Amino acid sequence: MKVLDLDIPGRLWLGTARYSSPMVLADALAVDGIGFVTVSLRRQNPGDRSGDQFWDLVKKANKPVLPNTAGCHSAEEAINLALMAREIFATPWIKLEVIGDDYTLAPDPFALVEAATELTKQGFHVLPYCTDDLILGQKLLDAGCPALMPWGAPIGTGGGLANPRALAAYRNKFHHVPCIVDAGIGAPSQACEAMEMGFDAVLLNTAVAKAGDPVLMAKAFSNAIQAGNDAYRAGLMTPSDVAVPSTPVVGMPFWHQEPV
Amino acid sequence: MSQVSLNGEWQPLENEVPLVEALALWGYGEAKVAVAVNGQFVARSQHGEVTVKAGDQVDVVAPVTGG
Repeated sequence: MKVLDLDIPGRLWLGTARYSSPMVLADALAVDGIGFVTVSLRRQNPGDRSGDQFWDLVKKANKPVLPNTAGCHSAEEAINLALMAREIFATPWIKLEVIGDDYTLAPDPFALVEAATELTKQGFHVLPYCTDDLILGQKLLDAGCPALMPWGAPIGTGGGLANPRALAAYRNKFHHVPCIVDAGIGAPSQACEAMEMGFDAVLLNTAVAKAGDPVLMAKAFSNAIQAGNDAYRAGLMTPSDVAVPSTPVVGMPFWHQEPV
Repeated sequence: MSQVSLNGEWQPLENEVPLVEALALWGYGEAKVAVAVNGQFVARSQHGEVTVKAGDQVDVVAPVTGG
Protein backbone atom coordinates (compact mmCIF):
# COMPACT_ATOMS: atom_id res chain seq x y z
CA MET A 1 0.00 0.00 0.00
CA LYS A 2 1.00 3.63 -0.40
CA VAL A 3 0.50 6.74 1.68
CA LEU A 4 1.56 9.77 -0.29
CA ASP A 5 4.63 8.52 -2.17
CA LEU A 6 5.77 6.07 0.46
CA ASP A 7 5.51 2.37 -0.37
CA ILE A 8 4.56 0.67 2.88
CA PRO A 9 5.60 -2.98 2.83
CA GLY A 10 2.63 -4.39 4.74
CA ARG A 11 -0.81 -3.80 6.22
CA LEU A 12 0.01 -4.90 9.76
CA TRP A 13 1.38 -1.78 11.45
CA LEU A 14 3.02 -2.95 14.63
CA GLY A 15 3.91 -1.30 17.91
CA THR A 16 7.19 -2.06 19.64
CA ALA A 17 6.11 -1.76 23.28
CA ARG A 18 5.42 -4.30 26.02
CA TYR A 19 7.40 -7.24 24.59
CA SER A 20 9.06 -9.62 27.04
CA SER A 21 12.52 -9.00 25.59
CA PRO A 22 14.29 -7.17 22.77
CA MET A 23 14.92 -10.53 21.09
CA VAL A 24 11.20 -11.35 20.99
CA LEU A 25 10.51 -7.89 19.58
CA ALA A 26 13.15 -8.35 16.89
CA ASP A 27 11.65 -11.71 15.88
CA ALA A 28 8.14 -10.23 15.76
CA LEU A 29 9.32 -7.38 13.54
CA ALA A 30 10.74 -9.97 11.10
CA VAL A 31 7.28 -11.44 10.37
CA ASP A 32 6.06 -10.98 6.79
CA GLY A 33 3.38 -8.36 6.17
CA ILE A 34 4.48 -5.70 8.62
CA GLY A 35 4.32 -2.10 7.39
CA PHE A 36 5.04 0.81 9.68
CA VAL A 37 6.73 0.12 13.02
CA THR A 38 5.78 2.57 15.78
CA VAL A 39 8.26 4.03 18.26
CA SER A 40 8.28 6.81 20.83
CA LEU A 41 10.45 9.14 22.93
CA ARG A 42 10.82 9.39 26.67
CA ARG A 43 13.15 11.08 29.13
CA GLN A 44 16.59 9.51 29.32
CA ASN A 45 19.02 9.90 32.17
CA PRO A 46 22.69 10.65 31.57
CA GLY A 47 24.76 7.55 30.96
CA ASP A 48 21.74 5.48 29.95
CA ARG A 49 22.27 4.17 26.42
CA SER A 50 19.17 1.98 26.20
CA GLY A 51 17.71 4.40 23.68
CA ASP A 52 20.58 3.83 21.29
CA GLN A 53 20.29 0.07 21.70
CA PHE A 54 16.55 0.10 21.01
CA TRP A 55 16.96 2.32 17.98
CA ASP A 56 19.66 0.00 16.59
CA LEU A 57 17.27 -2.93 16.95
CA VAL A 58 14.48 -1.11 15.10
CA LYS A 59 16.80 -0.02 12.31
CA LYS A 60 17.83 -3.64 11.74
CA ALA A 61 14.18 -4.54 11.08
CA ASN A 62 14.41 -2.35 7.97
CA LYS A 63 10.79 -1.15 8.14
CA PRO A 64 9.49 2.39 7.85
CA VAL A 65 9.37 3.96 11.29
CA LEU A 66 6.40 5.86 12.64
CA PRO A 67 7.17 7.85 15.81
CA ASN A 68 4.20 8.69 18.01
CA THR A 69 3.30 11.51 20.35
CA ALA A 70 1.76 9.17 22.91
CA GLY A 71 0.99 10.69 26.29
CA CYS A 72 0.70 14.27 25.08
CA HIS A 73 -2.29 16.16 26.43
CA SER A 74 -2.11 19.38 24.42
CA ALA A 75 -1.35 20.47 20.88
CA GLU A 76 1.75 22.28 22.11
CA GLU A 77 3.15 19.16 23.76
CA ALA A 78 2.41 17.05 20.70
CA ILE A 79 4.00 19.58 18.34
CA ASN A 80 7.18 19.77 20.39
CA LEU A 81 7.44 16.00 20.82
CA ALA A 82 6.92 15.59 17.07
CA LEU A 83 9.75 18.01 16.40
CA MET A 84 11.98 16.05 18.77
CA ALA A 85 10.98 12.80 17.05
CA ARG A 86 11.79 14.19 13.61
CA GLU A 87 15.27 15.07 14.76
CA ILE A 88 15.92 11.71 16.43
CA PHE A 89 14.29 9.38 13.90
CA ALA A 90 14.98 11.46 10.79
CA THR A 91 11.49 11.01 9.36
CA PRO A 92 8.68 13.44 8.52
CA TRP A 93 6.07 10.80 9.44
CA ILE A 94 4.34 11.18 12.79
CA LYS A 95 1.52 9.29 14.48
CA LEU A 96 -0.25 12.17 16.15
CA GLU A 97 -1.77 11.34 19.52
CA VAL A 98 -3.28 13.97 21.78
CA ILE A 99 -5.08 12.40 24.69
CA GLY A 100 -8.23 14.15 25.84
CA ASP A 101 -9.33 11.75 28.57
CA ASP A 102 -7.08 9.66 30.76
CA TYR A 103 -9.77 7.10 31.58
CA THR A 104 -10.48 6.05 27.99
CA LEU A 105 -7.33 7.49 26.37
CA ALA A 106 -9.75 9.03 23.90
CA PRO A 107 -8.17 11.55 21.55
CA ASP A 108 -8.87 15.26 21.97
CA PRO A 109 -10.40 16.17 18.60
CA PHE A 110 -9.85 19.91 18.91
CA ALA A 111 -6.19 19.65 19.89
CA LEU A 112 -5.69 17.04 17.17
CA VAL A 113 -6.82 19.43 14.45
CA GLU A 114 -4.74 22.26 15.91
CA ALA A 115 -1.60 20.13 16.08
CA ALA A 116 -2.16 18.51 12.68
CA THR A 117 -2.53 21.93 11.06
CA GLU A 118 0.71 23.24 12.54
CA LEU A 119 2.73 20.08 11.95
CA THR A 120 1.62 19.88 8.33
CA LYS A 121 2.75 23.49 7.87
CA GLN A 122 6.11 22.42 9.24
CA GLY A 123 6.47 19.64 6.69
CA PHE A 124 5.23 16.63 8.64
CA HIS A 125 3.13 13.80 7.22
CA VAL A 126 0.60 13.51 10.01
CA LEU A 127 -1.24 10.26 10.67
CA PRO A 128 -3.76 11.10 13.40
CA TYR A 129 -5.06 8.66 15.99
CA CYS A 130 -8.67 9.82 16.07
CA THR A 131 -12.21 8.75 16.85
CA ASP A 132 -14.61 7.53 14.18
CA ASP A 133 -16.35 10.92 14.01
CA LEU A 134 -16.89 11.88 10.37
CA ILE A 135 -16.64 15.61 10.90
CA LEU A 136 -13.36 15.27 12.77
CA GLY A 137 -12.07 13.08 9.94
CA GLN A 138 -12.89 15.77 7.40
CA LYS A 139 -11.28 18.48 9.54
CA LEU A 140 -8.11 16.39 9.79
CA LEU A 141 -8.03 15.95 6.03
CA ASP A 142 -8.57 19.69 5.64
CA ALA A 143 -5.59 20.19 7.97
CA GLY A 144 -3.47 18.20 5.53
CA CYS A 145 -3.39 14.68 6.96
CA PRO A 146 -2.72 12.17 4.16
CA ALA A 147 -4.48 9.32 6.00
CA LEU A 148 -6.83 8.77 8.93
CA MET A 149 -6.51 6.37 11.84
CA PRO A 150 -9.80 5.93 13.73
CA TRP A 151 -9.78 3.79 16.83
CA GLY A 152 -11.35 0.35 16.96
CA ALA A 153 -11.67 0.52 20.74
CA PRO A 154 -9.74 2.29 23.51
CA ILE A 155 -5.99 1.68 23.53
CA GLY A 156 -4.88 -1.56 25.11
CA THR A 157 -8.38 -2.94 25.69
CA GLY A 158 -8.49 -5.59 22.99
CA GLY A 159 -12.15 -4.74 22.59
CA GLY A 160 -12.16 -5.07 18.82
CA LEU A 161 -14.41 -2.92 16.66
CA ALA A 162 -16.60 -1.28 19.28
CA ASN A 163 -18.70 0.57 16.72
CA PRO A 164 -18.62 -1.34 13.43
CA ARG A 165 -21.46 0.64 11.87
CA ALA A 166 -19.61 3.90 12.44
CA LEU A 167 -16.41 2.44 11.05
CA ALA A 168 -18.22 1.13 7.97
CA ALA A 169 -19.67 4.60 7.41
CA TYR A 170 -16.22 6.08 7.93
CA ARG A 171 -14.72 3.80 5.32
CA ASN A 172 -17.42 4.71 2.83
CA LYS A 173 -17.20 8.44 3.51
CA PHE A 174 -13.41 8.54 3.16
CA HIS A 175 -13.10 5.94 0.40
CA HIS A 176 -10.51 8.09 -1.37
CA VAL A 177 -8.12 8.27 1.60
CA PRO A 178 -6.01 5.55 3.27
CA CYS A 179 -7.79 4.61 6.50
CA ILE A 180 -6.16 2.54 9.21
CA VAL A 181 -7.87 1.12 12.28
CA ASP A 182 -5.62 2.05 15.18
CA ALA A 183 -5.92 0.64 18.69
CA GLY A 184 -8.24 -1.68 20.55
CA ILE A 185 -7.67 -4.72 18.36
CA GLY A 186 -7.34 -7.87 20.46
CA ALA A 187 -7.72 -10.78 18.06
CA PRO A 188 -6.84 -11.56 14.44
CA SER A 189 -10.55 -12.05 13.66
CA GLN A 190 -11.16 -8.41 14.66
CA ALA A 191 -8.37 -7.20 12.39
CA CYS A 192 -9.79 -9.32 9.59
CA GLU A 193 -13.22 -7.75 10.13
CA ALA A 194 -11.72 -4.27 9.76
CA MET A 195 -9.96 -5.28 6.58
CA GLU A 196 -13.14 -6.88 5.18
CA MET A 197 -14.78 -3.46 5.62
CA GLY A 198 -12.13 -2.05 3.34
CA PHE A 199 -9.70 -0.50 5.77
CA ASP A 200 -6.21 -0.30 4.36
CA ALA A 201 -4.26 -1.46 7.40
CA VAL A 202 -4.52 -2.17 11.11
CA LEU A 203 -2.21 -0.74 13.75
CA LEU A 204 -1.86 -2.74 16.95
CA ASN A 205 0.61 -3.53 19.68
CA THR A 206 -0.58 -5.19 22.88
CA ALA A 207 -2.39 -8.13 21.27
CA VAL A 208 0.91 -9.27 19.78
CA ALA A 209 3.30 -8.18 22.51
CA LYS A 210 1.35 -9.80 25.34
CA ALA A 211 0.49 -13.02 23.52
CA GLY A 212 1.95 -16.24 24.87
CA ASP A 213 3.91 -16.52 21.65
CA PRO A 214 4.20 -12.99 20.20
CA VAL A 215 5.92 -14.09 17.01
CA LEU A 216 3.23 -16.65 16.21
CA MET A 217 0.55 -14.07 17.05
CA ALA A 218 2.19 -11.56 14.70
CA LYS A 219 1.98 -14.18 11.96
CA ALA A 220 -1.67 -14.85 12.83
CA PHE A 221 -2.49 -11.12 12.56
CA SER A 222 -0.56 -10.81 9.32
CA ASN A 223 -2.47 -13.75 7.81
CA ALA A 224 -5.83 -12.44 9.07
CA ILE A 225 -5.17 -8.97 7.71
CA GLN A 226 -4.17 -10.39 4.34
CA ALA A 227 -7.29 -12.59 4.30
CA GLY A 228 -9.52 -9.64 5.12
CA ASN A 229 -7.94 -7.51 2.44
CA ASP A 230 -8.28 -10.31 -0.12
CA ALA A 231 -11.94 -10.73 0.83
CA TYR A 232 -12.65 -7.02 0.49
CA ARG A 233 -11.03 -6.88 -2.93
CA ALA A 234 -12.83 -10.06 -4.01
CA GLY A 235 -16.19 -8.56 -3.02
CA LEU A 236 -18.26 -9.90 -0.16
CA MET A 237 -21.75 -11.23 -0.85
CA THR A 238 -24.72 -9.14 0.20
CA PRO A 239 -26.35 -10.58 3.34
CA SER A 240 -29.96 -11.71 3.10
CA ASP A 241 -32.61 -11.94 5.80
CA VAL A 242 -34.16 -15.03 4.21
CA ALA A 243 -32.68 -18.41 3.37
CA VAL A 244 -31.70 -18.98 -0.22
CA PRO A 245 -30.88 -22.58 -1.25
CA SER A 246 -27.47 -22.89 -2.75
CA THR A 247 -28.13 -26.24 -4.47
CA PRO A 248 -30.32 -25.93 -7.61
CA VAL A 249 -34.02 -26.44 -6.93
CA VAL A 250 -34.81 -27.37 -10.54
CA GLY A 251 -34.42 -31.11 -11.11
CA MET A 252 -34.98 -32.11 -7.52
CA PRO A 253 -36.04 -35.84 -7.53
CA PHE A 254 -39.00 -37.44 -5.66
CA TRP A 255 -41.42 -34.72 -6.60
CA HIS A 256 -44.06 -35.63 -9.15
CA GLN A 257 -47.06 -33.78 -10.48
CA GLU A 258 -50.44 -35.06 -9.33
CA PRO A 259 -52.27 -37.18 -12.04
CA VAL A 260 -54.51 -35.08 -14.26
CA MET B 1 22.28 27.69 44.84
CA SER B 2 21.01 28.12 41.29
CA GLN B 3 19.22 25.08 39.93
CA VAL B 4 17.85 23.77 36.66
CA SER B 5 15.18 21.08 36.37
CA LEU B 6 16.58 18.24 34.29
CA ASN B 7 13.95 15.66 33.41
CA GLY B 8 12.00 16.72 36.44
CA GLU B 9 14.86 16.65 38.94
CA TRP B 10 16.66 19.77 40.13
CA GLN B 11 20.34 19.98 39.28
CA PRO B 12 22.83 22.63 40.41
CA LEU B 13 23.90 25.10 37.77
CA GLU B 14 26.06 28.03 38.87
CA ASN B 15 25.99 30.19 35.76
CA GLU B 16 24.03 30.65 32.59
CA VAL B 17 25.67 28.35 30.02
CA PRO B 18 25.05 27.25 26.44
CA LEU B 19 22.81 24.19 26.25
CA VAL B 20 25.57 22.18 24.61
CA GLU B 21 27.80 22.76 27.64
CA ALA B 22 25.03 21.86 30.08
CA LEU B 23 24.38 18.60 28.23
CA ALA B 24 28.07 17.73 28.35
CA LEU B 25 28.19 18.64 32.04
CA TRP B 26 25.27 16.33 32.75
CA GLY B 27 26.95 13.46 30.90
CA TYR B 28 24.93 13.22 27.70
CA GLY B 29 27.99 13.60 25.51
CA GLU B 30 27.28 12.17 22.06
CA ALA B 31 24.10 10.32 23.09
CA LYS B 32 21.27 10.27 20.57
CA VAL B 33 18.90 12.60 22.37
CA ALA B 34 16.55 15.46 21.59
CA VAL B 35 16.08 18.41 23.89
CA ALA B 36 13.38 20.85 24.91
CA VAL B 37 13.89 23.87 27.13
CA ASN B 38 10.82 25.12 28.96
CA GLY B 39 8.66 22.91 26.81
CA GLN B 40 10.02 24.17 23.50
CA PHE B 41 12.06 21.95 21.20
CA VAL B 42 15.61 23.13 20.61
CA ALA B 43 17.16 21.76 17.42
CA ARG B 44 20.61 20.22 17.74
CA SER B 45 21.94 22.96 15.48
CA GLN B 46 20.88 25.48 18.13
CA HIS B 47 22.42 23.78 21.16
CA GLY B 48 25.36 26.15 21.03
CA GLU B 49 23.15 29.23 20.70
CA VAL B 50 20.48 28.61 23.33
CA THR B 51 21.52 29.09 26.95
CA VAL B 52 20.28 27.43 30.11
CA LYS B 53 19.80 29.43 33.28
CA ALA B 54 18.48 29.01 36.78
CA GLY B 55 14.84 28.00 36.90
CA ASP B 56 14.78 26.55 33.39
CA GLN B 57 13.12 23.20 32.77
CA VAL B 58 15.07 20.93 30.45
CA ASP B 59 13.74 17.72 28.94
CA VAL B 60 16.15 15.28 27.31
CA VAL B 61 14.53 12.38 25.46
CA ALA B 62 15.72 9.29 23.63
CA PRO B 63 14.09 6.49 21.60
CA VAL B 64 11.85 4.05 23.44
CA THR B 65 9.31 1.45 22.49
CA GLY B 66 5.90 2.75 21.51
CA GLY B 67 2.52 1.66 20.26
